[in-house]
Amino acid sequence: MKTKASTPWFFLAPNLAVILLFTFVPITINFLYAFTGGVGLYPNQRPGVGVANFSTLLDCASYFDPSSCRKDIFWKSVWNTAKYAVFQVSLMVLFSLITAVVLNRKIIGRGFWRGVFFYPVLLSPVVVALIWKWILQRDGLLNAAMVAMDAQPILWLAEPGWAFFWVTFVSIWAHMGFYTLILLAGLQAIPADLYEAAQLDKASPWRSLTRITLPLLMPNLLVVVVLAMIKAVQIFDEVFVLTGGGPGSATTFIVQFIYQTAFVEPIRLYGIAAAGSLLLAVALVALTLLQLRLSKADEMGERAK
Amino acid sequence: MKALNFLTRTRTGRGADWTDWLSYAYLVMGLFLMFGPVLWLVMSSFKTESALSEFPPSFLPYGQKSVAVPGEDKMKPVYRVKMPDGTTKDLAELRRIGLTATLVDPARPDDLIRVNVKDREPVREFKLATENYTDLGGQIKFGTYLWNSVFITVIATILTLLFNSMAAFALSKYKFSGRTGVFLMILGTLMVPPAIVLVPNFLVVSELGLLNSLWGVIWPAIATPTGVFLLRQYMLTIPDELLEAARMDNASEWQIYWRIVLPLAAPALAVLAIFSVMWRWNDFLWPLIVLSKNEKFTLQLALNAFQGDLVTQWNYLLAMTVITLLPITIVFAFLQKYITQGIASAGVK
Repeated sequence: MKTKASTPWFFLAPNLAVILLFTFVPITINFLYAFTGGVGLYPNQRPGVGVANFSTLLDCASYFDPSSCRKDIFWKSVWNTAKYAVFQVSLMVLFSLITAVVLNRKIIGRGFWRGVFFYPVLLSPVVVALIWKWILQRDGLLNAAMVAMDAQPILWLAEPGWAFFWVTFVSIWAHMGFYTLILLAGLQAIPADLYEAAQLDKASPWRSLTRITLPLLMPNLLVVVVLAMIKAVQIFDEVFVLTGGGPGSATTFIVQFIYQTAFVEPIRLYGIAAAGSLLLAVALVALTLLQLRLSKADEMGERAK
Repeated sequence: MKALNFLTRTRTGRGADWTDWLSYAYLVMGLFLMFGPVLWLVMSSFKTESALSEFPPSFLPYGQKSVAVPGEDKMKPVYRVKMPDGTTKDLAELRRIGLTATLVDPARPDDLIRVNVKDREPVREFKLATENYTDLGGQIKFGTYLWNSVFITVIATILTLLFNSMAAFALSKYKFSGRTGVFLMILGTLMVPPAIVLVPNFLVVSELGLLNSLWGVIWPAIATPTGVFLLRQYMLTIPDELLEAARMDNASEWQIYWRIVLPLAAPALAVLAIFSVMWRWNDFLWPLIVLSKNEKFTLQLALNAFQGDLVTQWNYLLAMTVITLLPITIVFAFLQKYITQGIASAGVK
């Protein structure tokens, strides 16, 4: 029996309409914004300025020194994001890997322990930030511990170095459970007879980790790293509530720069914000394509096994 | 010794070696680090305002003990007083003027005792400051925020399930030109997170008159690529013969979708429902931009606005935070297995 050609489109229509209206139309308008100036919200009130928004953002004597840039906050946020992405992703993947390896052992109550590490993943970024803000505040739990150990209390979120450390720490705390879960699934796919063979050969636990586990887990690890990178460059919520980007601009990241330029500053420079988001989009598209490539290679590897 | 052997015996039959001890040490440390902060939050949320400002803080919520004194309307705080003869006594304080406090033994209310404030110390007892929770309704429109959050979460999840499953049904059960293209286009939106289209989406939503409307948060969020992908993969496993048989019986295409495919896809729908509830309940950046009026705030926005106040009322803020994390915690406690399996299989969160 034949169905009418229009039937699938009837079922697709609602979903496609929403995507069209809230993704594709905005992408188009975003380009309009990025190449126009002024403070008007409506594209027809905005004079075309060519690539001026981009050149304003990219106007720098030295890209390594944000203070030499015309939009110093933008470059500060770019470097903060880069620094954050490197530290957060590498440390988080390391701890996720350790946790996954431990959870993959023959331990009692594995489901419970897995839940322990996964629980913070479900908490909202605002709740996560408030939980830690309460611990890190001046008269908080951590400073009580410092005083108990005869050390001076520290204003954890008011010193640039510490604020950056805690932003990184808190986001690792909140998200590592997710990556642990993916790595755990990868570990469980490694055939058990490999380990049995290693045991027969009296290989040390360390040796079977570095010679069996890590090489076979490598494809999963790469995917996890890229996934974590995609999330890391978009960091906003937790940090915004925890430090508000401060002290100064020590924890201001790219998305916060976009948000502030477009919605907080008294003069709302939509063009600059849109140009900033396009630059961020380029990074995201590159990372996503890399991820697709890696997962494809991963699948090929699975088939070869 | 036997007991120790039993406790350290592992599933492999051999005794526990150093790697086992290390593993459990790591896990216990993880338990402490992952749950400790949340437990601390819950404990703190039951402390009175004055107990919260104590330093160093105590773990359990303590409050000053108070007793009823005959002839007084209010409960009176209890102090431990050093008497002139060197003994100590627990007395209720009636009033304090300057450095002199007037106290009384509740058993003998006529016998007023005046002492220097330095000679008395508050008597503390374990006490849950439940007023942090009960006050929320009256003082800060907590009910409104809760309702806004629940409304957005429930409606957006229902629409997500409906729209995504319809699209997934079309993409998995019909052959038509452009199918691959549409599927790739939907998946491609994964690359366009809200942060990228913040500014233009603001224009679209304001043009539709949805600024400061809960629908302005709901509509842009419901066409999730993850949902379409998840449901399509699941529906591909439903045999086409079932659909053909229904067509023989003159079932309409809508009936096939509604009566046959949807019920069979229930497990995948459940996973998506859990995800959607989590996403919408926890959403922050987009609501922050769309909802600027206080009476439209979601719980997350209210928490953020509260903590940004000049003087943060931590006792209410903490109680509100606990209530905000409660639904997610309950969902997690009951559905942990499904959530972790769903995430492991779909690789999304």
